[in-house]
Amino acid sequence: MTGSLKENKEQGKLRTMPQRVKSMVITGNGTNCEMEMAHACRLAGSDEVDIVHISDLISGEKRLDDYHFLNLPGGFVDGDDLGSAKANANRLLHVRIRGTEERLYDSLRRFIADGKLILGVCNGFQLMVKLGLLPGFDGDYATQTVTLTYNDSGKFEDRWVYLKPDPSSPCVFTREMEGIYLPVRHGEGKLVPRDEGILKRLHDQRQVVLQYSDSSFREAVMAYPQNPNGSTNAIAGLCNETGRLFGLMPHPEAYLHATNHPRWTREKLPEEGQGLQIFRNAVNFLRREL
Amino acid sequence: MISRIEIGFLPGVRDALGEKTRRRIFHDLHLSVENVETIEVYTLEGDLTDELLERIAAGPFSDPVIQRYAVNRSLAFDFDWLIEVGFRPGVTDNVGRTATEAVRLLLEKAANGGLKVYTSRQYLLKGKLTRREVEDIASGLLANELIQRFEIIDGRTWKSGEPVKPYVPRVIVADQPRTEYVDLPDDDAALQEISGSRVLALTVEEMRIIRNYFQDEAVQRRRREAGIGEGITDVELECLAQTWSEHCKHKIFNSLITYEDEHGNSRVIDSLFKSCVKGSTNAIREELGPEDWCLSVFVDNAGIIKFNDEYNLVFKVETHNSPSALDPYGGALTGIVGVNRDPFGAGKGAKLIFNTDVFCFASPFYDQPLPPRILHPRRIYEGVREGVEHGGNKSGIPTVNGCLVFDERFLGKPLVYCGTGGIMPARILGEPSHIKEVQPGDIVVMTGGRIGKDGIHGATFSSEELHEGSPVTAVQIGDPITQKRMTDFLLLARDQGLYRAITDNGAGGLSSSVGEMASLSGGCEIDLKKAPLKYAGLHPWEILISEAQERMTLAVYPDKIDAFLNLAAKMGVEATVLGRFTDSGMFHVCYGEQTVAFLDMEFLHEGLPQMKLNARWTPPAFPEPDFPEPADLGRALKEMLGRLNICSKESVVRQYDHEVQGGSAVKPLVGAADDGPGDAAVLRPILESFEGIVVASGICPRYSDIDTYAMAACAIDEAIRNAVAVGASLRRMAGLDNFCWCDPVESEKTPDGRYKLAQLVRANEALYDYTRIYGVPCISGKDSMKNDYMIGGTKISIPPTLLFSVIARMDDVRRAVTMDAKQPGDLVYVLGETRKELGGSEWYALNGFVGNSVPRVDARKARSRYEALCGAMEAGLVASCHDCSDGGLGVALAEIAFAGGLGMAVDVSLAPSAGITRNDDLLFSESQSRLVVTVSPADREAFESMMADSEMACIGRVTVEQTFVVTGLQGRVIIEEEIASLKEAWQQTLREM
Repeated sequence: MTGSLKENKEQGKLRTMPQRVKSMVITGNGTNCEMEMAHACRLAGSDEVDIVHISDLISGEKRLDDYHFLNLPGGFVDGDDLGSAKANANRLLHVRIRGTEERLYDSLRRFIADGKLILGVCNGFQLMVKLGLLPGFDGDYATQTVTLTYNDSGKFEDRWVYLKPDPSSPCVFTREMEGIYLPVRHGEGKLVPRDEGILKRLHDQRQVVLQYSDSSFREAVMAYPQNPNGSTNAIAGLCNETGRLFGLMPHPEAYLHATNHPRWTREKLPEEGQGLQIFRNAVNFLRREL
Repeated sequence: MISRIEIGFLPGVRDALGEKTRRRIFHDLHLSVENVETIEVYTLEGDLTDELLERIAAGPFSDPVIQRYAVNRSLAFDFDWLIEVGFRPGVTDNVGRTATEAVRLLLEKAANGGLKVYTSRQYLLKGKLTRREVEDIASGLLANELIQRFEIIDGRTWKSGEPVKPYVPRVIVADQPRTEYVDLPDDDAALQEISGSRVLALTVEEMRIIRNYFQDEAVQRRRREAGIGEGITDVELECLAQTWSEHCKHKIFNSLITYEDEHGNSRVIDSLFKSCVKGSTNAIREELGPEDWCLSVFVDNAGIIKFNDEYNLVFKVETHNSPSALDPYGGALTGIVGVNRDPFGAGKGAKLIFNTDVFCFASPFYDQPLPPRILHPRRIYEGVREGVEHGGNKSGIPTVNGCLVFDERFLGKPLVYCGTGGIMPARILGEPSHIKEVQPGDIVVMTGGRIGKDGIHGATFSSEELHEGSPVTAVQIGDPITQKRMTDFLLLARDQGLYRAITDNGAGGLSSSVGEMASLSGGCEIDLKKAPLKYAGLHPWEILISEAQERMTLAVYPDKIDAFLNLAAKMGVEATVLGRFTDSGMFHVCYGEQTVAFLDMEFLHEGLPQMKLNARWTPPAFPEPDFPEPADLGRALKEMLGRLNICSKESVVRQYDHEVQGGSAVKPLVGAADDGPGDAAVLRPILESFEGIVVASGICPRYSDIDTYAMAACAIDEAIRNAVAVGASLRRMAGLDNFCWCDPVESEKTPDGRYKLAQLVRANEALYDYTRIYGVPCISGKDSMKNDYMIGGTKISIPPTLLFSVIARMDDVRRAVTMDAKQPGDLVYVLGETRKELGGSEWYALNGFVGNSVPRVDARKARSRYEALCGAMEAGLVASCHDCSDGGLGVALAEIAFAGGLGMAVDVSLAPSAGITRNDDLLFSESQSRLVVTVSPADREAFESMMADSEMACIGRVTVEQTFVVTGLQGRVIIEEEIASLKEAWQQTLREM
């Protein structure tokens, strides 16, 4: 399912062949995690990493086309005022790039069509879901079929969770990863599909990349607090059909070094945090597929 | 045209807010409701077609997977009662603002200037309730009538589908903006009346000084030349009242105090601030000499110290007590986003890297009748918690440290301390970043939010006790997103060198921000008519002093003004030129062509004479406690662990994001199950480096009942001890002092003012003595002096409270230590002496006593202990370390054990002690400067030799068994409890909050 960039190039879609992997981290209007997300991209080996304010995309000073790896960080864009990421989805769908007829959303669609990678974390995942980028069945990136809504507890929570990846998922970000431990920090992380058919298809197509699990990473867990929000089938992260778009509620950029781990003073841990592998997989994928 | 869009959940979708509301109705009001359903309502003003309204409802306003909507009809269905809650006119409606922006995007080019969206929420209740009960739910829980209105609909008289009549909270100001002259007569009673009725909080003496200034012939001549009348305008009077308020001027801290001690000896103190607070800092800086790492102290919005050669750290803590008493949510939200602007407006401006919060409340389980205008402490607790959650989390600043303190006297006014730290490059484009300069000719620019009537008289109102007439306009609601947009923009503008100086608009609004910056250049000239308003009709004086949030004032280089304004426009931030800074010596304010204020800068800032006050110290005497040592000390320990001041605060802590920005190294919750009470926060502000910052605090108002000198000493020691416990050294540790007092000025209302002032003097003297010995200079601070409630015959004064916060540099966060026991077999050490110091302790409080033997701090001994311990930690010899404070050794040992998921077997009689004859005293004495440490047996000798000069004893071991076994005096086992049951006792109290 993971068509390579080379094929895309043959189809004449890829504009710039990246000798160097260029990552963009979008910020603005209440994005909060851009700094650590950019740091993760750098540690992962991305040759260039730019934190780009959305006003620079709208003004046309920066172009998505010039990058290969798009990061949509966590935060509270527009204060989550109309429901998480709703107002930002509305902005991306409708705002036009200055001096052109092109909408920001059009350039995003082209970015996807070019076979490039998008990672959405927390508020970024909420944005991808509400734009329809995820799960993006049949390449339809405009229809919302799942949502992320209020935690069953009715509370925002900061808590670390165990995540079980699906080894047979097409997701390029979680390749070779077995069990992942990361923090969630959200009030609206409960994944709800529109209906049973959508849910079944998510599983059938292996788009359920991550599930909240027990501490041995064996079983997906519905019980609080291991499942911190009551998410359907303990879903914590989704990818699209090609595995190149990935969104998750937990924060991989919050665990880049052992000292981020809540129990590093009492457990023997590798110096590198587990979250970094997700970014490294992305950068390596892009480099390999060049 | 007015339209209404309602958004509800689809059938079968869980309504988490509705469920939470149902639980709170039950917990808070003891009313049983079967079900609560919520519906979000948007009221739109503007010409919108039906087709467009459908698109708005289906698009940005609703989620197609879980929600449904109705345009101009009602979704409500099958309810017994409907309550709709919306804002009153002029109250900040953040969701409404976002909704307005979202609709404007849909309108695209057909921009509709008149478009405005307002929000409200419906609660549909099912259950047998009377109208009276529903009114109680509306006014007692769902709406705060100061800022919100509600409407109740009875389900029995409701026709399904019938639209609810739209309500538009439009601000209608009938008045034309005008400036009036105020007659200040030669009559003290009349002056008093003017001050009172205008909420000026000026004394008669201050009013006379103002009147005399305007009678001065030279002043009158200059005014005639400037084209303004000889008399004082309302703009000038209000401006002076703000600038001279206790809140802004700290008159009590700067007063001349005659202090008489218990022996009748008296001495004179010329300004507590200068002699004690600043005095200590100056002395420490002198001792540091060329190594001095303080950069900007007491002169700016926040204190600035060196972090390393490349970066500076900035820290400030503020209080927002009075607004939080009236509107806990808005008050606390404004508190946190307000203090954010202090480090942001210090020097050239800092990036914000952490928040700290300390809240003081009455018990949330308070069950006595409430005095008028007081909200139930549970409602204050939840409102404040939520306000700070929204302010902190949405701003992307980790809340790394804090605490909750409970005392019944915080019923009258809760204390809401909010602190923020920042970091900035030591130099920006070659210029030192900590220096603030303004040159004549620089442009005065205001950025961020717009001005409304919100926050008018905040500064003067908080300079008074809470009373019947406390103004509702003082209440504001912060808008973290508007502020975030502004700070994103200003950090870019800073790095591009587009402005020379920055300051925040807080208390006193433009009158303070422009007034203070103008004192750096020597004057200013601004036009209030240019200021962007939320709605028309504000009078010039209101524009000048409104404390509407999310605004910064800047001095912009004249040749960079276009670049500055262009960048602001591109990033969607409003920025407005108001005038320029001058060296005229005058604070010159116009409204269009008309001069409305023309005050000598010197009179404005220096015209207030020093207050003269009297203090007399009489040590209080409480009955000596008389109760037997309890037979079951295990039960006593569990009772102690469950006390409000000791129990787990996890339910609050988890609702704050404490790791955004990615540098968290020691979190507020630590241990085997991530639920033990961390002593202090450690974070890495620069992700490429392991250099860290330690943030900690100390607060112990209960000791004030006996002696505020001891209270302040203990607060300072506790803050430092907490920082040391995680691995901070004293080498680069700075403090912040935040005093919250009850009115200490003797008057009819405050007959015990001399005693309260003596309490203030003693606390300050302790501050001087202890910060000097520890070598921890205060770099900034604040005082809030009128924390009283007085209505009818009831007066409630808070216990005098000092919050001491510290920030310390840590060379390498990988050396940080947490409080949880690590390994079975590790040795348990107690450092420091336990004395019979239970006066003001939790143990005495539990038994209904205060006592007199308040803990005393031996700072010299403590300092050498802390330094030795820091060395042992840097050498990696310490497995765990925990501060011993509220609840003493018993509580500290139990916390270490259950946080580590391990048992413990200790003999507390081995702990260094003096004068102890009872096991309960040994377990629960709150002697200061003690720490409990666990050490691997392999490190025993090395550790003991490094700590050789400290009072210290090994009292037992960490065990693999899940029991906590304590041997006491006379060699008998006094406690044997499962750690799970101790943990449960500690966790259950506030678990559901």
